Amino acid sequence: MAKVIEKAQQEKEALISGSEAIAVACKLADVDVITAYPIRPYDTVMQYVAKLVANGELDCEYIVAESEHSQFEIVKHASAVGARVFCGSSGVGWMYAFEALTVTPALRIPMVAMVGNRALDDPGAFGVEHNDALAVRDLGWQLVWVDSAQEALDTALIAYRVAEDRRVFLPCAIACDGAFLTHSQSMVKIPPQEWVNAFLPPYNRGDLQLHPDNPITVAPQVNEDWLMELRKHNDEAMNRSRDVVIPEAYRDFERIFNRSYGNPFFEEYQTADADVVLVGMGTLSMPVKVAIRQMRKEGKKVGFVRLRWFRPFPAEQLAKTLSRFGAIGVIDRDFSFGAPYVSGVVATEIRAALYPVDKRPPLLDFISGLGGREVTVPDVRRMSDMLFAARAGTPQPLTTWVGVRE
Amino acid sequence: MGRLFAVEIVYRGIFQKNLAKNISRGIVLAAKHDGKIGISFGRYGDSPERNGIPAKSFAIIATDEETLQEGMAKYEPKETDISISVDDTLCKGVESWAWYGLQPINRLLKRGGTLIVTTMQDPDTIIGMSHRKDFPYQLALLRGIPSFSGLWVYKDDHTDVRILGAIAKVLPELLSLNAVELAIKEEWHDDLKVKSARKSFERVEMRVVAPSEGNPETPYSFELPKWQELREGLTIPGIPAGKAMTDPQTQQAGGFRPDRNPTFKKFSTRTMRPVVDFDTCVKCTLCWLQCPDSCFDVTPDALYDANMESCCGCGVCEAVCPVEHCITMVNETAFADNASQWEAWRKDKAGYQTWLQDKITHLPPREHGFRIRGQYEEEIKDLVKVGVVDTGGEKISEEVVTDPHESGAG
Repeated sequence: MAKVIEKAQQEKEALISGSEAIAVACKLADVDVITAYPIRPYDTVMQYVAKLVANGELDCEYIVAESEHSQFEIVKHASAVGARVFCGSSGVGWMYAFEALTVTPALRIPMVAMVGNRALDDPGAFGVEHNDALAVRDLGWQLVWVDSAQEALDTALIAYRVAEDRRVFLPCAIACDGAFLTHSQSMVKIPPQEWVNAFLPPYNRGDLQLHPDNPITVAPQVNEDWLMELRKHNDEAMNRSRDVVIPEAYRDFERIFNRSYGNPFFEEYQTADADVVLVGMGTLSMPVKVAIRQMRKEGKKVGFVRLRWFRPFPAEQLAKTLSRFGAIGVIDRDFSFGAPYVSGVVATEIRAALYPVDKRPPLLDFISGLGGREVTVPDVRRMSDMLFAARAGTPQPLTTWVGVRE
Repeated sequence: MGRLFAVEIVYRGIFQKNLAKNISRGIVLAAKHDGKIGISFGRYGDSPERNGIPAKSFAIIATDEETLQEGMAKYEPKETDISISVDDTLCKGVESWAWYGLQPINRLLKRGGTLIVTTMQDPDTIIGMSHRKDFPYQLALLRGIPSFSGLWVYKDDHTDVRILGAIAKVLPELLSLNAVELAIKEEWHDDLKVKSARKSFERVEMRVVAPSEGNPETPYSFELPKWQELREGLTIPGIPAGKAMTDPQTQQAGGFRPDRNPTFKKFSTRTMRPVVDFDTCVKCTLCWLQCPDSCFDVTPDALYDANMESCCGCGVCEAVCPVEHCITMVNETAFADNASQWEAWRKDKAGYQTWLQDKITHLPPREHGFRIRGQYEEEIKDLVKVGVVDTGGEKISEEVVTDPHESGAG
């Protein structure tokens, strides 16, 4: 792959935020239709996209809708006629679009959206919580969390590749933690256009494209004789995404861009010899990694698994990996009131994933960092101490709120 | 397990919805007086209902709770003791939606079951419209035209209780007449309705239908595709544009016949159909333009032939036709097939005129229910007079109970 290494010299570096990185990915993907409606922190994307359009760097239809519902409906229809689309929102804006969000995967629309994770009102709050994006987890949306601007750019390109694959045709939301990622600028390598062209084929909707030359009816009303088969289509598409298309896309990405993400579904940090492991999504990886380095100096072997793809969920791989450790601690930047063992969403999913596994280590859930509150290094150390205690056989509460004033 | 009874009521959507519900509720309420329990429900797939499209209500009755659960542990009954058609044109079959196929009116009837039909037709006409069954079943006729009395804009013609009275006659194990009378008093507080039920109990006409009788055609049906065979993305391919027609006499191609939905033929969705006098047609195009279902084929000689695969029987063509008696809507019971009128006319114009005149002269026009109290009584006298109704020497008009204080109102 000498040719690729040679090409690596053509990458440019820029100091941009996670939101701007996604806007750059839209430009590189030559997106056809973008709709926008402002809500913080997603609005940082629409501002940067608007700038790219105004500067003549991106040639696309840029439509500012009158609400999120219309915003998502417009790109849904544009995608149905064969346009590559981008959209996004945050918090209650994403919720206001919910009807459009439910029909998008049902129609097999490969929309790519950015969710700037934000706490759901009330009370009005800007900080990060993952409940907004997680609300679509049962509907056929692919959901991926990133923790750096570079990963945001790369994942946006991968998201188009996966979503627009005929074997998938399901929308993909890239979840970016509000403030920590959307508003922090860091150095990002921007790949040259030729690499992106080699990686990302044009969107071809084929026989599903709404076009006068391909007369079809989309979304008829059906009765009980039909819906189960139609749901099964989406089930199979999601499974193909997990088993075939996502791994393929990451392999090709590594080959063409010379940048590897290892296992596409989750990142492992210092897990090789770890006695206990923490699991989480998004930018909380930063304090967790710092705390792990501190603790290792003290001889406490803690590892970290950062989950990227929540849908499709890599249950078997994750269960196999996590069952190696003496105790598992899940950090949930979300809540699910009344859920089993009053845990958060991610812990509940991981418990379910571990059920068929022979060796099930103790699993503790930590609800932390809600509403953009800092997940501190001492918080992470306290969580780890509880994991060591659980590993030693001292019973621990299954769910603990960490960082709440009490 | 105790004894289980299933009754279905096949009706025209919207127009007869409340009527059907009154009947299925009435069955359950009456069965209670005989010590039985039951559940009344409509087929959920029929909702939202569409005007005139066939729909179904059901009453499941059992001697005990566990037996009732046996009958209810399914979407709808697989077999019925009684099937009821409150519009005789439904005897041609039931097509509720695409892919449903044409389901015979007596499809669910079990051995020894009874088909109850409200009709002005003679038994042979009803049997001829209904598909054959492998075993004998009973036909029970109740005199009456298709009732719209469940619609609030129409007066009550007692069809609901007359059906209950008929059930007490054909299947007394399900409902006794006494139970029917008690239930009517309790539900409607109306002695006239009790009297109507009793009269229909006495006068319902019954005969056994042999396997050799009835429409011998195999109704069209579908096997629903597996999920792997279905198109993805909730998409349905469009109906192709269509092609030219062929003149049966000259073999010349011309005109235009639009392709049509192959999975919904609408044969039984109409209660009347247009018959066209091609000799008087002035080719104004209005019927073709105004038909909401694009049912008119354009013939090579630029005439307009109503295609029975897509005609819903709405009557708009008749309303817009500027030539008197050029398009006439005729009761669907008058037709034995769905063949092209234009082809028949091309083959034999004189014979077609004879057929046409017979259709539009000797058969009762379609009536959309009752507008005034007493209308039924008036109409049935007329029908008896013109010989359409065979009374067997009995004065049928007495069957209808009319409140003397309200007669003539409206």
